[in-house]
Amino acid sequence: MLEANGLDGRSLIRRRAGLRLWLSAGWLGLLAIAALLAPWIAPHDPLAQDLFLGRLPPFWMAGSEPGYWLGTDSLGRDVLSRILHGARIALIVALVAGSITCVVGATLGLLAGFLRGWVDVVISRLIDIWMAFPPILFSILLIAVLGPGLTSIIIAIVVIDWTRFARVVRAEAMAQGAMDYVASARVAGRGRLGTMMREILPNVLPTIVVLLTLEMGIAVIVEAILSFVNLSISTDDPTWGGMISEGRTSIHQAWWVLVFPLVTLFLTVLAFSQLGEGLKDRFDPVLR
Amino acid sequence: MGQCRHGVGMAFLRLLAIRLLTTAITLAGVAVIVFVVIRVVPGNPIAMMLPPGATEADIARLSALYGLDQPLVTQFGIWLGGVMQGDFGTSITSRQPVLDLVLGRLPATLELSIMALVMAVILGGAAALTGTRFRGGRREGAIDVANGMALSVPDFLWGLVLILLFGVLWPVFHISGRVSPALDLPFTTNFYLFESLIRLRFDLWADLVAHMFMPALALAIPLAAIIGQLLKQSLKETMNLDYVTLARTKGYGETRVILREALRNAILPTLTLVGVQFTFLIGGTVIIERLFSYEGLGNMAIDAVINRDLPLIQGIVILFAVIFTAVNLIVDLLYAVLNPRLRHA
Repeated sequence: MLEANGLDGRSLIRRRAGLRLWLSAGWLGLLAIAALLAPWIAPHDPLAQDLFLGRLPPFWMAGSEPGYWLGTDSLGRDVLSRILHGARIALIVALVAGSITCVVGATLGLLAGFLRGWVDVVISRLIDIWMAFPPILFSILLIAVLGPGLTSIIIAIVVIDWTRFARVVRAEAMAQGAMDYVASARVAGRGRLGTMMREILPNVLPTIVVLLTLEMGIAVIVEAILSFVNLSISTDDPTWGGMISEGRTSIHQAWWVLVFPLVTLFLTVLAFSQLGEGLKDRFDPVLR
Repeated sequence: MGQCRHGVGMAFLRLLAIRLLTTAITLAGVAVIVFVVIRVVPGNPIAMMLPPGATEADIARLSALYGLDQPLVTQFGIWLGGVMQGDFGTSITSRQPVLDLVLGRLPATLELSIMALVMAVILGGAAALTGTRFRGGRREGAIDVANGMALSVPDFLWGLVLILLFGVLWPVFHISGRVSPALDLPFTTNFYLFESLIRLRFDLWADLVAHMFMPALALAIPLAAIIGQLLKQSLKETMNLDYVTLARTKGYGETRVILREALRNAILPTLTLVGVQFTFLIGGTVIIERLFSYEGLGNMAIDAVINRDLPLIQGIVILFAVIFTAVNLIVDLLYAVLNPRLRHA
């Protein structure tokens, strides 16, 4: 009776996790297509200004203009086209910054957790120091130093967030390193590096994949925050954060300038993290 | 018994000494990194201070005044020497001592963070207790979904959502500032919220809360979700333990068993996590203060970066690092005191 209940609970969790996985993957896939095709499907030039068309409301409201589906901002730029083009920057940052952060952080965590000794001492101390920095302030500072631009943002994210991977992967690698199969691999004549790459890494990989998905969502947010404080790309390029920053100043006159990019950003961040959580459940041997 | 006490005291002192040492190393590391990073900032802050048309000689004179013409190591030595005597340098933009500026803003940020922490504990605690009380039911499922949402989206986005909801759609709270500018403030400290209570000025207190509510809630939501999730999990584990079953057989109601018996033992793992998460929350104040134009440390920090005010940036980052490490230290020690297993070790 009890067992049957437990199984039911598990299958329920699995079904919910499956739905979550598909919904978030679906939204991100849609976004990726939109980003790829942005120059062709965007109804207008995202940079084109027309002061006569300033602050047009979205299509269902009185005073809207046909063709400007989600309205325009104070300079008459089309909100939908800017969101579509902004998706390109958001996804580039998510993929590139997320992957580099993952490789750097996971490598350091793996080395610290498996090799132990002075390597671990140095890396752990570095993690401690990094954890004492307020991350947002640190990233703003780095952008001020590196100068605005896509590359700077990516560098800033990698420099700040590698500890997320390093901390978790270090702990996992330590736990795995203590297991019998690692000792047998060593006895069977595998070198230290070989053991780390062939035995430990595959076992830590599911965790790394989950962290990577979460990190992509975080990267999108960091980019938006940096654009929000006007330190991101340049003021011209359409970014979601930049649009939100603009919308924040005119919420009482034109709420749509804030709401549409905000909803897009919200759903994207939610999708990345739900994808991560869904994958975590998939990888979890207890639930499987 | 006396022997045992003595041993415990020694163990505690040892832990304290080790933690103080690592904290010192961490802070030194932070100081060095900030120092190096901000000194490669492009753009001469001195040139920005002077009116256009200032001569090279003027710039050189002012640079010498701020010590910016010295080699990096010498500059660090001068700065460190000053810090040891409580002198964090002079802000380039406002020309006031960094320490005064930073300490003037610190109360605003502390009040915001603590208010957020209290909100998070109340919301998260309520979620965990309700979820445990109605475990396995629909209500627990709803709480789990809400928790998942709250956890997935960071404070910055919650802040924007709150601005739309309670600032525009149904404008009940103020969306910017710390206090209404028209009000006459009788305060002698910068702990406005605290002082308004002491002085029984509830009108001012209400105004302060109306300003603080949204930024504090935005900061609280993700933490509340973490508290809710973790506390519920350990509560549910505790509910299966023998002593809880015993309490139940005594005929106590479910709610009473949760509150009186299970909570006491389930709270410890949550406490350690809340410590680390509280530092993340304080880090989040930087952007949340910016979003709500709240006059705290974080807002000042962003201005300092934009104005290239090197001494001020340095002072603020160090202060944040001190707060973070202090919170972690306190939580570690608290854990050692509260955990019976460590206490008797």
